[in-house]
Amino acid sequence: MADTKSSVFNVKDLNLWYGDNQALYDINMDIKENDVTAIIGPSGCGKSTYVKTLNRMVETVPVVKTSGEIEYRGKNIFDKNYLVEDLRTKVGMVFQKPNPFPKSIYENIVYGPKIHGIKDKKTLDQIVEKSLKGAALWDEVKDRLHENAYGLSGGQQQRVCIARCLAIEPDVILMDEPTSALDPISTLKVEELIQELKKDYSIVIVTHNMQQAARISDKTAFFLSGELVEYTDTNTLFSTPSDKRTEDYITGRFG
Amino acid sequence: MDSSKNKQDGLSVSERIEKNKQSNSSTAFVEKLVPKLLLMCATLSVLVTIGILYTLLSETFTFFSEVSVIEFFTSTHWNPWRDSYGILSLISGTLLITVTAMIIAIPLGVASAIFLSEYASDKVRRFLKPILEVLAGIPTVVYGFFALTFVTPMLEKIIPGLSFFNALSAGIVVGIMIVPMVASLTEDAMGAVPNVLREGAMALGATRLETTIKVVIPAALSGIIASFALAISRAIGETMIVAIAAGATPKFSFDPTQSIQTMTGYIVQVSTGDVSYGSTIYYSIYAVGTTLFVFTLIMNLLAQYISRRFREEY
Repeated sequence: MADTKSSVFNVKDLNLWYGDNQALYDINMDIKENDVTAIIGPSGCGKSTYVKTLNRMVETVPVVKTSGEIEYRGKNIFDKNYLVEDLRTKVGMVFQKPNPFPKSIYENIVYGPKIHGIKDKKTLDQIVEKSLKGAALWDEVKDRLHENAYGLSGGQQQRVCIARCLAIEPDVILMDEPTSALDPISTLKVEELIQELKKDYSIVIVTHNMQQAARISDKTAFFLSGELVEYTDTNTLFSTPSDKRTEDYITGRFG
Repeated sequence: MDSSKNKQDGLSVSERIEKNKQSNSSTAFVEKLVPKLLLMCATLSVLVTIGILYTLLSETFTFFSEVSVIEFFTSTHWNPWRDSYGILSLISGTLLITVTAMIIAIPLGVASAIFLSEYASDKVRRFLKPILEVLAGIPTVVYGFFALTFVTPMLEKIIPGLSFFNALSAGIVVGIMIVPMVASLTEDAMGAVPNVLREGAMALGATRLETTIKVVIPAALSGIIASFALAISRAIGETMIVAIAAGATPKFSFDPTQSIQTMTGYIVQVSTGDVSYGSTIYYSIYAVGTTLFVFTLIMNLLAQYISRRFREEY
């Protein structure tokens, strides 16, 4: 079924170290187009590190070393000639804590298009409307586009960040616990939004919340101590996990 | 076993604490005295400031009873020995120095700050920042001689007709002196910008430079502008370098290759020369001092206002 979809990411024998501490061990994983792929696991299991490796944001930590390959659309992102800016233009990211720029909502959305050379006002206006609609925020903010994004609620700020990411029409959206700082109602809105977005984008979402993974994802990967323990269809993983450790985790025996 | 360890002179710890408390009857007295002493220290600096202001203003009033205020602020001739007091000549000299200094200090300071805050690794930063700050510790007399004996001869080779004492050389060196201040304050402001904002920009495919210029600098702008204002006020008040290298020729002119005189330079000239106490010239340094004080006060207030007004909340 899902196997007929083409792969977005093809991770092969990925190892990662922070200085002398190994954080990821021999990860092999295929991420499919238009899937919502959830990554679950206890704190410190490497799940955040893993998604940040997919757009090489992990490299902002100076002591990081990696081995292995990550192919994005068939090309190894660790290749010397691979421009990291190109990768991040195609692979967008939404962070744990909403991090809009301290600018107006409008300026937040057009930041990406502008740095990538889109300058004319009419196109930018269209991008703002389309992105905010895509992030299910347009109706709430259309009358105050030029107000500071920090005047919005946490949930709205997070959707501004999602809209900011949509504005450059990425291929994949990585989400690093996007709802962990939000209240339940905002969380619900973001989850509904993810269901909408998967029609056009491939989504990889890290979550602390197993119910959330079960609700929104097609495939789930369970990480433990830097290893990928189990990666399969969400329904299978939560109903009949094949690994004892997965079963212990999802039944709440630890973590 | 344990309780016997804690005993000394046959007393337990709690008994000894009790005993010490009784013998230390002075503790309460000291506790009451300390805040009063501290308050006195704080008051002292306020009193000194008031004293300085009082001297400045009262002598300034005496001066203006002898010289017309209108002449003082509108005339462009400054020659106290011939009774012409037009402070515009000194102000133009001060502005010339300040503008030259800022042309040097702002680009160099901001560039150093950008490098230190956004590009340098921790190791490089820890090595470079103290070196930069050493520049701030060099006595200004040394800078003055550096201007006179190194910068001026070098400029003479490039600019024909440069006078030996000139505003350009002094201004450049004042600028060099201020670079560490601009760099350090700007770096502080940029360092205070949360990393999540940089990550937000970089995750959109922005390069480091795009992130710096379009996200970090705007977010740190209030601190950066405030550092400029403080630097300007430092340049306006700089004395030694201009007294040594800029000359002593008050002139209403904006030609940096000529010898000029600044407000501070004039005050030095008069206070070190043999001017009799009570003469108009003697009082004139207070009037110039007050003008100088108003200039730097305005810059400092401006710095405070800007840092409040343009704060991007994050």
